[in-house]
Amino acid sequence: MKAVKQISMFLENKPGRLAEATKAIADAGVNVGALAVSDTTDFGVLRFICDQPDKAAHALRDAGFSVGETEVLVVQVPHKPGGLAQALAVIKPLNINIEYLYAFVGAASGFGLIVMRVEDGRSQEVAQALQSAGLTLLTPEQAYAL
Amino acid sequence: MIWDVRNECMSADERQAIQIQRLRAMLGRVKAVVPFYSRILTEADVNPQDIKSLDQLSQLPFTVKDALRESYPYGMFAVPFEEVVRVHLSSGTTGKPTAVGYTKADIALWADSIARTLCGGGAVPGDILQNAYGYGMFTGGLGLHYGGETLGTAVLPMSAGNSKRQVMVMQDFGTTLLACTPSYALRLAEVATEMGVDPATLSVRSAYLGAEPWTTPMRDEIQQHLGCKAFNIYGLSEVIGPGVSFECEHQNGSHINEDHFIPEIVDPNTGAPLPDGQEGELVFTCVTKQCLPLLRYRTRDVCSLTHDLCDCGRTTAKMTRVTGRTDDMFIIRGINVYPSQIEAVLLSFEEVAPHYLIQVDRKGALDQLAVQVEIAPEYFTDRVGELENLSRRIREEIESVLAIALDVQLVEPKSIERTEGKAQRVKDNRRLSQ
Repeated sequence: MKAVKQISMFLENKPGRLAEATKAIADAGVNVGALAVSDTTDFGVLRFICDQPDKAAHALRDAGFSVGETEVLVVQVPHKPGGLAQALAVIKPLNINIEYLYAFVGAASGFGLIVMRVEDGRSQEVAQALQSAGLTLLTPEQAYAL
Repeated sequence: MIWDVRNECMSADERQAIQIQRLRAMLGRVKAVVPFYSRILTEADVNPQDIKSLDQLSQLPFTVKDALRESYPYGMFAVPFEEVVRVHLSSGTTGKPTAVGYTKADIALWADSIARTLCGGGAVPGDILQNAYGYGMFTGGLGLHYGGETLGTAVLPMSAGNSKRQVMVMQDFGTTLLACTPSYALRLAEVATEMGVDPATLSVRSAYLGAEPWTTPMRDEIQQHLGCKAFNIYGLSEVIGPGVSFECEHQNGSHINEDHFIPEIVDPNTGAPLPDGQEGELVFTCVTKQCLPLLRYRTRDVCSLTHDLCDCGRTTAKMTRVTGRTDDMFIIRGINVYPSQIEAVLLSFEEVAPHYLIQVDRKGALDQLAVQVEIAPEYFTDRVGELENLSRRIREEIESVLAIALDVQLVEPKSIERTEGKAQRVKDNRRLSQ
């Protein structure tokens, strides 16, 4: 299973900073399919899946941002009550921490999509468990095309 | 009341004669026993017996804080360590602090200087002195403590902090004298009000405030809130601690205990002596201390001197309030802080770049210290917990060096303004220069 590359960046909590980041992404002609921001009192971390991760990372670094590339899993679940719960129930017995996740409804509808980062070195294990349970994991190509 | 009428009120000629005699003796002693002084006095070809006038003082070499740091912990002590009965530490510009030592006679001299200080603000035996300076390695706590006992006040050794308890004790014991930093005096007034106690109804008559810069508007505010007179007291551990100078009832400049600590004002760049009334760097020569008799110690504090006679009857020279520093040290909650101490900690973390900004603010009566540091462009984790952990580790490390609480904020690479030449590392928003 090839992992999906997610771009993340450090954002100070100050007015206009997110606007500047998204402008840098826009100017690079990069299309973002899914995005989430985690915040603390002093700073935030922006994470997103896009069609051209390398280009996005490059453009953001050029604009002076601190940028990271992380491998994540993108899981497709039914868009109905219990969709997310079903996927998490598969991971629970593995005793593996999910570092974070964010969810959105795919453009094709009918499915919910979950982006998740799990403990380092454990993502293959989680991917296999999810697939054995009949859930679909998106390939990088599918994820970038969201 | 004047504590030591003979020494505080003698004529200028008489005092100068004593100062010269003491200076000569001190020079002879340090040249003989302190390697640093043997070297620099020999190099400068100084023969203590040739010192006949105080004007010659300006020809003698200076002592700077670095000399104390290089001889840390006790290479500058002029007595065998067996004679030392107390050691205090103060902030060093880098990792190592500066150590100052006292013999039994030094402690007595110090206590006597503080007794003069307390009398300057109207204290009398029988007063109740609430000492809210920090006890410990900082000279404020124990300095005021011994001075209060020497004068004959009842000392309440509260140390700093635990403000509600301070207010309770002030009420229960009828505290008449308060000793603390000026910002803490304001804080106590705030806390009293929060507790439903009108601070002006407390029985504090005089407040002895020092260890940090403050202003005339702050004095007005403290006097009004606490219903007392607030006196500026000044000192630094290298010279002795608090007790170097103090205000009398006229609150118009601080009388220097110059029979012990000979003051000079020099041009901070050239070292040339400056006349009365002109602002420059304050320099002290400690002529009576046994353990650490420093010659022309550069305080880095900026002020001016006057020898005009004061209506209080004391004939000692007076210094104005300290209006600034000739280095980048700043004082927060009574603690001296050098940006280089913070920088040294930041440099030990590879996750952050050596670009930082120190922000000092005063919220209500409390000083707040925040350090903004740029995250290194090559370091990034998208785990919020790890970033928070990083800022916490940096904060704890700085706190352990400075011994004060602060806030650390991670900021984006290149977001801290770059200046040409000497970087502006400290932004002090407290407006303390009035």
